[in-house]
Amino acid sequence: MTQLADIDIELHDILKSVPDPEIPVLSIIDLGVVRSAKLLPNQVAKVEITPTYSGCPAMDVIGDDIKAELKKHGYTPEVKLILSPAWTTDWMTDEGKKALKDYGIAPPVDATSDKEALLGNKRVIPCPQCDSKNTKLVSQFASTACKAMFKCEDCEETFDYFKCLI
Amino acid sequence: MTNENLIQYIYGIADNSLILGQRISELCGHGPTLETDIAMTNIALDLLGQTRSYYQYVAELSAKDLTEDDVAFLRTEREYKNVLLVEQPNTDFAYVIVRQYFFDVFHFMLLKELENSKNVNFQAIAKKSLKEVSYHKRFSGDWLKRLGDGTEESKAKAQQAVNDLWVYTDELFQMTDNDILIAEAGYGVDTNPLKSAYYNEITALIKGSTLDIPETPYFQKGGKQGIHTEHMGFILSDMQYMQRTYPDMKW
Repeated sequence: MTQLADIDIELHDILKSVPDPEIPVLSIIDLGVVRSAKLLPNQVAKVEITPTYSGCPAMDVIGDDIKAELKKHGYTPEVKLILSPAWTTDWMTDEGKKALKDYGIAPPVDATSDKEALLGNKRVIPCPQCDSKNTKLVSQFASTACKAMFKCEDCEETFDYFKCLI
Repeated sequence: MTNENLIQYIYGIADNSLILGQRISELCGHGPTLETDIAMTNIALDLLGQTRSYYQYVAELSAKDLTEDDVAFLRTEREYKNVLLVEQPNTDFAYVIVRQYFFDVFHFMLLKELENSKNVNFQAIAKKSLKEVSYHKRFSGDWLKRLGDGTEESKAKAQQAVNDLWVYTDELFQMTDNDILIAEAGYGVDTNPLKSAYYNEITALIKGSTLDIPETPYFQKGGKQGIHTEHMGFILSDMQYMQRTYPDMKW
């Protein structure tokens, strides 16, 4: 279920410069929370964003950051929060997934490309530090609602895993 | 079907999430381990986030000039339509888990149906919430198994919690006249057909946790009519005092 975001080219780079407040290495475009951005007459920029999780406390900040950035570029911003279609980790870009891993957060493992999941086994989440597949789940919930906590049995580091939502 | 019917129906769903979210929030900093503390507060956050979506819709539907905060914080006890289960206290971790599990299984089934509502707002909220609630259910179900099939003490406590909270499960499926009206309009969910699947599921997990199913012909009800247990007033005074002390306060 991959629906591409509908973003006007003039607004793309501006929005790309807005980081996620909780995972600053990730732009809100790479996270997939910007669903549409339209340039309307009179320099009005209308942006629709969707939350990763219903209670995500970052949404208000993201909305404010978008407005501030657009204003800086001379646009009159209008930001709307939409719930449907519901956000999925499939909307995260490859660039975003790489940035997550470099930051030390294991990116969501795509359910369909994961052989273990197909075989009905538990998903293997590779350690973002040492790439070991010898990892185990510590908790379904971690520092934010969108992450789970894992531990690497080889390098013994605990790490966050960005939970797969499909 | 008037907007007021729809609002009352939303209260019947959203107040469960608000009150349970508030209950679990009490555990912030008090969970038995760091991981469970974080997990419970994450679940609370999901529930409160879902509540916001419902209450924003109430504010839109209402003829009065309401905000989501007014709906959450300025109603009186009788105006809350949550079931009695979710207001039960955090007696110990076994109670927290059993209460959560009994609610999560129902919540998941309800949302699965609500996803097909003719109302687009309900559809959107249900689709979004389902992804979150599937994690809640896995968490509470896994913990119930661990507690039931754990030590002698955890087993005894889990059994006590199951026995005490079982009497609040039947109310989850009680349909008010308004619920029937909204369900017949294709907006709401008729919960009657879900009941046997619910009891099959929780019974299987309780037995799998080496615990016994309580035998009682008596069940408690009243929350859906706004008649709550003695615990509700304390939750509300805790939850509402700030907005009542400083009317129209903003963060």
